[in-house]
Amino acid sequence: MAAAAQEKIFTTKIETEEKIEPKDWMPDAYRKTNLRQISQHAHSEIVGMLPEGNWITRAPSLKRKAILLAKVQDEAGHGLYLYSAAETLGMSRDEMINSLHEGKAKYSSIFNYPTLTWADMGAIGWLVDGAAILNQVMLCRTSYGPYARAMVRICKEESFHQRQGFEILWVLSNGNAEQKAMCQDAINRWWWPSLMMFGPTDSESTNSDQSMKWKIKRKSNDELRQQFVDMCVEQVKVLGMQLPDEKIKWNEKRKHYDFGEIDWNEFWNVVKGNGPCNKERLAARRKAHEEGQWVREAAMAFAAKRNTKKTAA
Amino acid sequence: MNTSLVKYILHLGDTTLILAQQNSKWCGHGPVLEQDIALTNISLDLLGQARNFYQYAAELMNENEKSTKDFIQSLGMQTDEKITEDILAYHRKERFFFNLLLTEQPNGDWGQTILRQFLYSRFQYYLYEKLQEHPDTQIAAIAAKSIKETTYHLRWSSEWVIRLGDGTAESHERMQNAIDNLWPYTGEMFLPADFEADVKIDFSGLKNKWLDAVTSIVKQATLSLPENENKVYMHTGGKEGRHTEHLGYILTELQYMQMAFPGANW
Repeated sequence: MAAAAQEKIFTTKIETEEKIEPKDWMPDAYRKTNLRQISQHAHSEIVGMLPEGNWITRAPSLKRKAILLAKVQDEAGHGLYLYSAAETLGMSRDEMINSLHEGKAKYSSIFNYPTLTWADMGAIGWLVDGAAILNQVMLCRTSYGPYARAMVRICKEESFHQRQGFEILWVLSNGNAEQKAMCQDAINRWWWPSLMMFGPTDSESTNSDQSMKWKIKRKSNDELRQQFVDMCVEQVKVLGMQLPDEKIKWNEKRKHYDFGEIDWNEFWNVVKGNGPCNKERLAARRKAHEEGQWVREAAMAFAAKRNTKKTAA
Repeated sequence: MNTSLVKYILHLGDTTLILAQQNSKWCGHGPVLEQDIALTNISLDLLGQARNFYQYAAELMNENEKSTKDFIQSLGMQTDEKITEDILAYHRKERFFFNLLLTEQPNGDWGQTILRQFLYSRFQYYLYEKLQEHPDTQIAAIAAKSIKETTYHLRWSSEWVIRLGDGTAESHERMQNAIDNLWPYTGEMFLPADFEADVKIDFSGLKNKWLDAVTSIVKQATLSLPENENKVYMHTGGKEGRHTEHLGYILTELQYMQMAFPGANW
């Protein structure tokens, strides 16, 4: 079929809300954008296991330990679905992982912040997972079929994680003075990085316009960020805590909360690799991969031996 | 309160808790994503088993009798607070933990972690098979529920022992090292402690069954048991609270929050 005709079919599908599937024709740039976004998302799940994994052995009760272990394990599962979804676009998981380890592929910058206290497990659940969900709910309707379907499964688990996180903070906020202080401190440290999770402002966002046209994205970074602020301002009241931004104020004209300016210098520095834990996170992933090399080789060698035996028999 | 019975329940809980804690350190650091998930699953199962045992022990220890209070004190714990699963896990010091020494051995490489799981799961399976018939219905019920999980742990770890033993020259050597490292911690499983006198388990029969089954997998993995495996000098003491140096560090990490914030709820 001529390229123009194929493109027309593709465009019609996008317009009529029909999903694009792996075997369908798609523009190279559409393939590339999806591959970049889905693999980044997969990497974020995997790197995201590290800051929370940091507290598994120190969780303050057996119940909390079980919940945290299960949560971090869910993230590994999300990574798996997403790598599989990305593989349908023609790149192997190994290639994607290599490009993460070589520093070429990005992952969500939020995971370059340290988890200093137990309260951070709550703040990550409430704020980080909360911010992620707004993005992910939108992605359940994204135009690429395998990505949309993976997101539907992931969203169910994520909203559970967010409730768990909020519940950790809720217990702290009803605890003793030290626990309350720990809770407020975690909110103070995670608030601004969570706002940064939505990416640069719309005027600075390079990939946004085309992604909206292709219905990969359906809401702009600033729209989602505003939605998040509006939601959190209400939820923080339940905790009896403060968001660390004096400029938060209801704007009757916009029917939204106004909020202060994000430190974009910090944002770009963390993106570029200068955040508090960029080096540690990547080093931990590389170490796991390198130390697992002999295991993967042995599994392949064993499988090959068994195949030879089967053929011989 | 039957102190032997409670000590035995604590021994079962401690063994599964410490192994869960050790395995959980791999979460996020496994050699391949699918296996990271699998080992975390095992860790979660073992943690669940530990919680079942602790909850039952706590129930028995909350009787308001002097002998019970004396027993709690003999474990270095306060008698003025209600015993819970968390009190048992977080407020006991290393000399009052009764887990098997095998479970507190370092993770080492993936091979050593796999082998530790295999040696224990093989034992746990045969033990819990018997415990399902324990006269104490609660122990029997926990064993019956747990053995379903153990069946999976055993299958998974056996497959990996074979795969790594019969994989590459490097993986073979690593597995052989793991056997040599861990073997001296296996004898303790079959040496009954005082509190096991009433358990009515034929430990030497259990040992023979275990050894046969382990030998078969080791053979399939093209590995070998240490020479004169029955004569290897065995470390003991875990069941009496006399541990290797590793346990102190494991508990330091495990109990940190409860030690740093006494009395807080989480």
